[in-house]
Amino acid sequence: MAIVFQKPHALTDAVLHYCPGCPHGIIHRLVAEAIDSLGIEGEAIGVAPVGCAVMAYDYFNCDMIEAAHGRAPATATGLKRCRPENIVFTYQGDGDLASIGMAETVHAAARNENITIIFVNNAIYGMTGGQMAPTSLPGQVTQTSPYGRDVKHCGWPIKVCELLATLEGPEYIERVAVNNVKNVKAAGRAIKKAFQNQIEGKGFSLIEVVSACPTNWGMTPQKALEWVESDMIPYYPLGVYKDRSAAKEAEAK
Amino acid sequence: MAERVLMKGNEAIAEAAIRAGCRHYFGYPITPQTEVAAYMAKKMPKIGGVFLQAESEIASINMVYGAAAAGMRVMTSSSSPGISLKGEGLSYIAGSDVPAFVVNVQRGGPGLGGIQPSQSDYFQATKGGGHGDYHMIVLAPASVQEMASLTIKGFNLADKYLMTAMILADGTIGQMMEPISFEDAEIETYDKPWALTGTKMRRPHNIVNSLYLKPDELEQKNFERYKKYAVVEENEPMWEEYRMEDAEICVVAFGIASRVAKNAVVAARAEGVKVGLIRPITLWPFPKKPLRAAADQVKAFVSVELNMGQMIDDVRLAIECKKPVSLCNRAGGMIPSPDQVLSAIREAQKGEN
Repeated sequence: MAIVFQKPHALTDAVLHYCPGCPHGIIHRLVAEAIDSLGIEGEAIGVAPVGCAVMAYDYFNCDMIEAAHGRAPATATGLKRCRPENIVFTYQGDGDLASIGMAETVHAAARNENITIIFVNNAIYGMTGGQMAPTSLPGQVTQTSPYGRDVKHCGWPIKVCELLATLEGPEYIERVAVNNVKNVKAAGRAIKKAFQNQIEGKGFSLIEVVSACPTNWGMTPQKALEWVESDMIPYYPLGVYKDRSAAKEAEAK
Repeated sequence: MAERVLMKGNEAIAEAAIRAGCRHYFGYPITPQTEVAAYMAKKMPKIGGVFLQAESEIASINMVYGAAAAGMRVMTSSSSPGISLKGEGLSYIAGSDVPAFVVNVQRGGPGLGGIQPSQSDYFQATKGGGHGDYHMIVLAPASVQEMASLTIKGFNLADKYLMTAMILADGTIGQMMEPISFEDAEIETYDKPWALTGTKMRRPHNIVNSLYLKPDELEQKNFERYKKYAVVEENEPMWEEYRMEDAEICVVAFGIASRVAKNAVVAARAEGVKVGLIRPITLWPFPKKPLRAAADQVKAFVSVELNMGQMIDDVRLAIECKKPVSLCNRAGGMIPSPDQVLSAIREAQKGEN
């Protein structure tokens, strides 16, 4: 009998600990599908963050390391510089990557470190119970912005793709979302490209995945996905922010 | 006779690290350890190694963590304020049981402090520095030769026990020049089946991790780590004894302070004072046995330190407070003169401490 659907090999059989309706499961699957389709599981080394995905080391079948909060790009740098033949990726949330780890993120990008970063932006600190993130929207209610994010008091959200695209260093920067089938498909293609770039030695690729956190947003999974469409994506427009190789090709024509 | 070369202390560390098989250096500029990084920046690209100046001390120690997890001999170097920043990574490295080599060429503190030599990071190095229950192997060179030989020893011990080995030096030894030899260097190699190499689809995945959410598992991890530490404490203490055979006073000093103290011991002996020196070479594990033995022989101890009195606590613990211990110290980047130490020895001899 023909197999028409199965779990990617790069995912273990461990039961995910994520909340009902959390898109982390989808994003894990997209990463694992990219690893499977490129045949790189035996070479891959993943770096887990501090945050909701802290136990990602139990979910991916490749070699894994657990980094300190925000330091995944530095730890990945150490790994990749030692083992350039391996495929090194990080999987990080918004607090990890865009707040405490901003220096590590920016400098890994500036060095065009040949690594792949999967950046999950759900505009909130999930693991610690819903505090304001560097990407929380203006007016967004969180545990630490109970009257809504007041930009006069605590500043504006950071648009990571736009920021990193100003640097000479990085090879590829794209923002995708996982709120509907069409976007999930596009996210899968982007994540695969981010790994392909590393295989080809092109350098730093970061895919920002606009995601949802029904639990800490206080919404049903359905409503959360609608909020991604109505509020998140208008603030964080999807698309390719930098593609050096494509730009070079276009120039050559 | 072995070939001898004239080297600065900091450069001796760098050259010894390369000879020990270290091909990966991650650091961030800070005085007074600059020569280590400069040497690595020049050498590493020529021998197929990696020198990378990180964006911060925090990033550099986390690069070390990644490289160590990859199974490579790797190092970083810094000075006191920078080591504080590395504390986070040192804790993760300890909690993940991977080997690393770290150099602290100390300067006076706290805060930004100064840039002159100090030993004021003794507590930080020997009692932890980062969060959680852990130890590092702490090596205290007192000469440029020891900067080299203890570096090689440090890499061996780190791999043997899957711990961080730290050279706790000071600005003086880092900057001074002495003739040294590398010929007796013994490089040990250890299998690293836990290293992150990629599974090659031939083995289950390796995980390098310090997270244990089940408290009983985390407790067990700590118990196991402390069993290992007990072996290190039993097998690895290193020290030097000088003129202790008939000593009535025991001076205890490490690093550059021990060089000053040795001169004072010679001067006191010339005056007829029966005094000797015990110089801890490993600060953790602390050489408790020779000190405990000396406590039955001498009538007093003098702890000579470039800080406000930190090692003196370990001396008192080692001798179980059986004899008085006085402190002879300077701080903030100042170094005691042999005369100051001599006076302290005389005071101890008179029993006025």
